[in-house]
Amino acid sequence: MEVCGCVFVTCACFMATFDVSPLLEIRAISKRFGDLTANDAISLTLRRGEIHALIGENGAGKSTLMQILYGRITPDAGEILLEGKPLAAGTAAARAAGITMVFQQFVLFEALTGLENLRLGLGNGMKPRALRDKALAFAERYGFWVELDRRVSELSAGEHQRLEVLRCIMQEPKVLIMDEPTSVLTPQEADGLFETIRLLARNGTGIVYISHKLREIRALCERATVLRRGRVVARPDPQKTELDAMARAMLGDDAVALADLAETEDKATGTLSAVPSVPTMPSVLPPRETTRLFVEGLTLPSVHRQGVGLSDISFSVAAGEIFGIAGIAGNGQNTLLEALTGERLLPHGQEQAIRLQGRAVGQLGVLARRRLGLATVPEDRHGHGAVGDLTLKENILLTSTHVTHGEDALVRRFACSGGWLRLRRAGMVAEQVLARFAIQGAEARGPDTLARKLSGGNLQRFIVGRGLLHAPDLLLVLQPTWGVDAHAAARIHQALREAAERGAGVLLISQDLDELLALSHRIAVLARGQLSRPFICADFKDSPAGKSELRHALGLLMTGLGGTSTNPDREKVL
Amino acid sequence: MLIVRIEPREFDTTSTQGARAHLRVLGLAAVVPLLVSLLLGGLIFLSNGIPPLHGLHAFFIAPLSDRLGLTELLVKAAPLALIACGLLFVFRANVWNIGAEGQFILGAIGATGTALFLVPQDSPFCLPALFLGGVIAGAAWAGVVAWLRAHLRVNEILCSLMLVYVAQLLLHWLVQSPWRDPQGYNFPETALFESSLMLPILVERTRLHLGVLFVVPAVALTWLLLNRSLFGLAISVAGRAPRAARFAGFSQKRIIWMTLLVSGGFAGLAGAVEVVGLTGQLVPRISPGYGFTAIIVAFLGGLHPLGVVAAALLVALTYLGGEAAQVTTQLPYAAAGIFQGLLLFSVLAFGFFSRHRVRFTRAVQRPAGQVLQASANLPANPSANSSTNPRVDL
Repeated sequence: MEVCGCVFVTCACFMATFDVSPLLEIRAISKRFGDLTANDAISLTLRRGEIHALIGENGAGKSTLMQILYGRITPDAGEILLEGKPLAAGTAAARAAGITMVFQQFVLFEALTGLENLRLGLGNGMKPRALRDKALAFAERYGFWVELDRRVSELSAGEHQRLEVLRCIMQEPKVLIMDEPTSVLTPQEADGLFETIRLLARNGTGIVYISHKLREIRALCERATVLRRGRVVARPDPQKTELDAMARAMLGDDAVALADLAETEDKATGTLSAVPSVPTMPSVLPPRETTRLFVEGLTLPSVHRQGVGLSDISFSVAAGEIFGIAGIAGNGQNTLLEALTGERLLPHGQEQAIRLQGRAVGQLGVLARRRLGLATVPEDRHGHGAVGDLTLKENILLTSTHVTHGEDALVRRFACSGGWLRLRRAGMVAEQVLARFAIQGAEARGPDTLARKLSGGNLQRFIVGRGLLHAPDLLLVLQPTWGVDAHAAARIHQALREAAERGAGVLLISQDLDELLALSHRIAVLARGQLSRPFICADFKDSPAGKSELRHALGLLMTGLGGTSTNPDREKVL
Repeated sequence: MLIVRIEPREFDTTSTQGARAHLRVLGLAAVVPLLVSLLLGGLIFLSNGIPPLHGLHAFFIAPLSDRLGLTELLVKAAPLALIACGLLFVFRANVWNIGAEGQFILGAIGATGTALFLVPQDSPFCLPALFLGGVIAGAAWAGVVAWLRAHLRVNEILCSLMLVYVAQLLLHWLVQSPWRDPQGYNFPETALFESSLMLPILVERTRLHLGVLFVVPAVALTWLLLNRSLFGLAISVAGRAPRAARFAGFSQKRIIWMTLLVSGGFAGLAGAVEVVGLTGQLVPRISPGYGFTAIIVAFLGGLHPLGVVAAALLVALTYLGGEAAQVTTQLPYAAAGIFQGLLLFSVLAFGFFSRHRVRFTRAVQRPAGQVLQASANLPANPSANSSTNPRVDL
């Protein structure tokens, strides 16, 4: 009897987990935009309780497919069946049928509290108290904590996301779509999110997990669908397939992108053996003969009332070095960037806090610092690094006026320092940048293309290329590959490495630990306006667990929990 | 629940189809506002018991039917175009100088003061000196605004507007006491300039004077500065993306100062031209509101120098039409203002709709019984996938 019972229970479990009738069936969905086929007869099935990876780089058609699923875009052909029934058109129908989505960029109202956002999202006339109880019950069931009474603008990116996830799971969805959910999380936060996702799956929710981080997919997903140029190119089993094969399926035969991916993926979880790869972490610290940037005791309040300022920050960047600053956005990165570029001047008496090429520059403006060899790639492409409504050749002039150094005569002489613009020469230089960085989307009009017509990755490549035009001695880079496809990210990483090899100091401020670990010689963490002591990456290279140890330590510091001396014997302050 | 969405229109100008659609929309945005304001104007005539076609004819066609009318059109359009050229600089930089009227008046005062007190009558440099006086006075008046805005962070809209009233009162005081013509039978006017200090008349028995031709170099210079100089690039960047301007190292203060000085200078020049070319003396009603109307002209012209010329002609016609209609249809002169307002509003509105589309979507009623689901009418998340979202045609 007992044996029988056991078998029965096992059977039931088996039936529940591997229910044969699919929860969601996407059948031959096609969608064209003008000349572009975004989705070409894409099919996908999702079972109950399955975590299904949708892999592909930006522009592969993932977003279009998910927006079709979410009802925001009407497909040209094909149909979607949820539990065997066709899904009606429109977002409201999709939501009513039980499909929800966690967006990559959050759709919360910054001025409202967490609870108010939940009420707007799923109020249904519920009393605030009842809603709060329910929210807390859900949060407890899925093992995470959310802040309901503070304004969303005061929450960190991780808290944002938990709120967003909570809003979705409170609808008890049948299908949950998650679009690159870990891109703003620390490793610890990401682990917490994975637990939530697994729990949701165990309760029968089907999850479509969009990502291009193969390490995460291997950790989380049972099946995967790889899209490239609007088509399904592979359906690998993430648990069994070599990461290399998945990478090739995703990226095609782009050697630079593959090598770059090999570096940013953690070696501990899988090998990208077939890919010609440079060392994962820079193995030697460059000789510290010339200091490009020296920051000592920099303290500066934020301009925004709720922004984070800087308190007593010290570090230095040597020639040939890539110095990484990790940290979740909003911990003082913008204040630091503004102080370093000269967009904000330091108060009188503090000009010594920033020294560029040995000169105190705290009181010098943007132009003077640029003449000293500083180039910057800011985080916001639109409205900070570039102006969308201006042409590329006008945009190239933004960082070139008053500068007369550069590799060749054209670069030295195309920009003006007043008076009339040299637009024809600027166009020629822009053309050079377009060609050197293989920028797509400007074929028709060349340097006369409006900047906003370029895709994010291409515009970012253009801005990086522009930053390198005048052979800078110090390159400041903030989040260079945020929202950028893998090909562009690879080119940008390559450009940063080359700049350092040429002798520039590179200051890389990023929230992407993978990127920092792949590029930096040293990494420090900026949390709540304070900078930790730098870790020397080469020190962690020898031991096999070194990298994950470093990753863990950095993650703790990023959340502000690590203190400044997690591992004193490994730290050396230079 | 009805959801109203306003979405930007995107045109794929690389394909012929998309480019054609773009052109079609632009063409409609130019023609439709004119038709709409004519239609609404016709309705106003009708509501006042005037046959609409008769009214419109009296307003827009009759004034242009003789030589005098045509020259008057140019005489009235010239100051509008000059002031509006200056306003292009400030408006493109997102600096809201709405006190061009005051700067215009100061230009007239500056030119008159130079003529009355500073210039020896027989010098060959006296005419240019008058214009210089006007330009300097207008720029100085705008300079007050620039100083308040750039260094004390006073709202430039308020202070430029309020300085208009100061300028008007200054004008009235000058013509009534210190500068009043002693032989002028107590009229509040200055003495007439010597004829050597007046601009020549181009067409006999009309008021068309040489100053009207100033518009041509002014428009050319404006175009060159805005499109081909570093100053113009700084203005475009500062107006569109202030952060990018700081990033590029264009000083915000300097842009405020420069654009306001240039715009005040253009308005001052217009004021000087009005005095030196037309009235030959300073009179209390030197401006029928040119400075304010030029704001309409600048926006009607799409903030483009050539557009400004066309818009100035159109708006000058409403001035003439207002005067003519007063005589033939007994409609008050304010009708001119009504037409200017109609034009501006319809141009701005259709300009907006040529760049955006409005969508009405009806949220699906939720089936009863299901308690837990989204009714989130959150705004569509336009930025979320904008980089991957292909451009959608009309």
